[in-house]
Amino acid sequence: MSSDHAHAHHHDPGFIRKYIFSVDHKVIGVQYAVTSLVFLFLGFTLMMIMRFQLAYPNHIIPVIGPWLSHAVEGLVTEKGRLLPEGYNALGAMHGTIMVFLGVVPLAVGGFGNYVMPLQIGAPDMAFPKLNMASYWVFLPGGIIMLASFFVPGGAANSGWTSYAPLSVTANTVGTNAFWNGQTMWLLGMVFLITSSLLGSVNFIVTIVHLRVNGLKMFRLPFFVWAQFVTSFLLLLAFPPLEAAGVMQLMDRVFHTSFFMPSGLVVSGVMQDQHLGGMYAGGGSPLLWQHLFWFLAHPEVYVLILPAMGIVGEVIANNTRKPIWGYRILVYSIIFLGFMSFIVWAHHMFLTGMGTSISTFFQTTTMIISIPSVVILTALLLSLYGAAIRFTVPMLFALAFLPMFAIGGLTGLPLGLSASDIHLHDTYYVIGHFHYVVAPGTIMALFAGIYYWFPKVTGRKMNDFLGKLHFWPTFIFMNGVFMPMFFVGLSGVSRRLWDQTNYMLGNETHGWVKMSSWSAWMLGISQLPFIINFVISAFAGKKVAANPWHATTLEWAAPSPPPHGNFPEVPVVYRGPYEYSAPGAKDDYSPQHLPDVSLA
Amino acid sequence: MSTASAEALPHTLTPHPVTGMYNGKFGLWLFLASEIMLFGALFSSYVLLRVNGAFPHHGTPENSLSVPIGTLNTMILITSSVTMVLAWASFKLNKPGKGRLFLLLTMLLAMTFLVIKIIFEYRHKYHMGIRPDTSTFYAIYYCMTGLHGLHILGGIIVIGYFLLPGFGLWKKNPEQFTNRIECTGLYWHFVDLVWIFLFPVFYLL
Repeated sequence: MSSDHAHAHHHDPGFIRKYIFSVDHKVIGVQYAVTSLVFLFLGFTLMMIMRFQLAYPNHIIPVIGPWLSHAVEGLVTEKGRLLPEGYNALGAMHGTIMVFLGVVPLAVGGFGNYVMPLQIGAPDMAFPKLNMASYWVFLPGGIIMLASFFVPGGAANSGWTSYAPLSVTANTVGTNAFWNGQTMWLLGMVFLITSSLLGSVNFIVTIVHLRVNGLKMFRLPFFVWAQFVTSFLLLLAFPPLEAAGVMQLMDRVFHTSFFMPSGLVVSGVMQDQHLGGMYAGGGSPLLWQHLFWFLAHPEVYVLILPAMGIVGEVIANNTRKPIWGYRILVYSIIFLGFMSFIVWAHHMFLTGMGTSISTFFQTTTMIISIPSVVILTALLLSLYGAAIRFTVPMLFALAFLPMFAIGGLTGLPLGLSASDIHLHDTYYVIGHFHYVVAPGTIMALFAGIYYWFPKVTGRKMNDFLGKLHFWPTFIFMNGVFMPMFFVGLSGVSRRLWDQTNYMLGNETHGWVKMSSWSAWMLGISQLPFIINFVISAFAGKKVAANPWHATTLEWAAPSPPPHGNFPEVPVVYRGPYEYSAPGAKDDYSPQHLPDVSLA
Repeated sequence: MSTASAEALPHTLTPHPVTGMYNGKFGLWLFLASEIMLFGALFSSYVLLRVNGAFPHHGTPENSLSVPIGTLNTMILITSSVTMVLAWASFKLNKPGKGRLFLLLTMLLAMTFLVIKIIFEYRHKYHMGIRPDTSTFYAIYYCMTGLHGLHILGGIIVIGYFLLPGFGLWKKNPEQFTNRIECTGLYWHFVDLVWIFLFPVFYLL
């Protein structure tokens, strides 16, 4: 084995094969991570423009407003005021970019690709070329999405959920069949789905087949388990959306009627063929919602599970004791994975699908909250009695716990079909899922970046800048999302371009301004992170291979790990979190060391 | 370079003791699982559109699909599955000439299927003015059989690759080559199986 690696080192693959079209999981992981961080920033920028319109309706967008009127068609007026269609396009693309191009590629493509093979002691992923292909299918998908801002009619503006029949008839006025926002959104999604398919097959085979000797499934780090379940969700939940995407594409391009009901009138125009329209009718708008949410609910767990995995690693490492209830955590995420496939219609209580179906999905939704609470409780109990090291990754991991708890618990009233009648499609929903994904998942992803940065670069990120990043981020995240609960409970709809047109919207407008100002401050709070990230990559403090004194296998490899990862194939002797084991000579017993006793 | 690192990976050829499969075969089964979800979503859509009403699939005689042509195509695909297995078995028994012959036969049968589908069905229907926008029945018919046709085309490309440029691997590593034929076969049987469901759903029911 090791002679094979030595052999591999003899050929220098050259710059392009080494850094651009590389088959090395570490290079691909970094490519994914950097790309998705850029997309996260872009998605965040779109939201900051939306927040200006919400706080100061119909004002000229400062600084970039006049420039936007030249750069992007149909987004702002000539003077630089945001148009309602432009607001909708920003909203749709903010959601799409954050979920499909930001968080998932960072959590799965970035962390999963880089860390998972190292944690199981593998030299690479099971299919290195497929791994490369998955990135190079992902990137065009992202570019197609972004390019859609610049085509006639602007980007997709039917929400990130693309509900039919709105989405079928959207972005079509005066444009051709392919060169328009919604069609490009669908094409982009087909690319992203293909990319995640290639990735998930690779992850599952790698985790099952490529573990080193001694690394039984129940000795896997919690992060690997999280990636394992996530991969199954991606593998099985995404294809129905691909089918739905193909059908919507056919509706738009060939004027089929999959999602077009009979007798539909849009803007005073009859859509039925026998009345002069283009559609035969007879389709079902609900079908789109079923297929979309069949993906999009498991997708929620794709967003949260890797984050839980990261938090588990960081908490075990910084409490210097085994994670509480390792097996319970593993069983919980497996159960969570199964259940996530049968809760999707709780997004559709108000569609008229019927109360008996609602009752079923309300019940499964209440059941799925149990493993979530178990996971959170286990992570919380892990802190009990520990001498916690308040490192920067640990601060982010600790912040994850209450933030995810708020996000999860505020979801319960939405999962009950009666209370959902009042809350559906209000800002309360926005507050709820953002608490899960933004202060929740993104905090965990930051924890992961600070935690594994020394492994990737051999250098540590600056602690002071890290804390300067953490505290304002933590405060302003809450400043952005907490007011949404109040605004939503008072009944303000989530999709209003200008809520001050309504009396109840006027009454809560102060909260909206607070939310907007917090968002801009949150943007500024990311500056220490960007500076820290770039400077530390080249000039950060050099550290040894295992700076956090961690137990899992990735820290047994040199930093940064060479091609092939481990100079010698490691063997695993114990579970992943043997911290402060009685009789051991250090407060951590690495998985790969045969003897750690005092003598 | 990339092959050097790929060869260093465990279970590229030898089966894993737990799953009993080499990496490629396990990966292919997972891929097929996701394919089942893809076609499963489409079959579910068929059911939902049909119970939704306005689904005129058995109207006038010229408005429904030709059962004889469908039956012929079903026979062709089943035969191609048999030749595919024979190709893999021949390579396994170290008879590469025979193996290539059966691969060629499989490919020809697949092409025949596509030609019949396109010329005698799609083109014919199109001339009669029956297009995807005619009704939801024809929308899902064109969508599902079209997607299935793309899978057939994909199979033709893969088999064609192993017949000509990919055959060089047989000389270097016959075991790996045979494994790849096995995986191609698994995919091919799956594509056939989808047709076995499509045929009754669209032509008979």
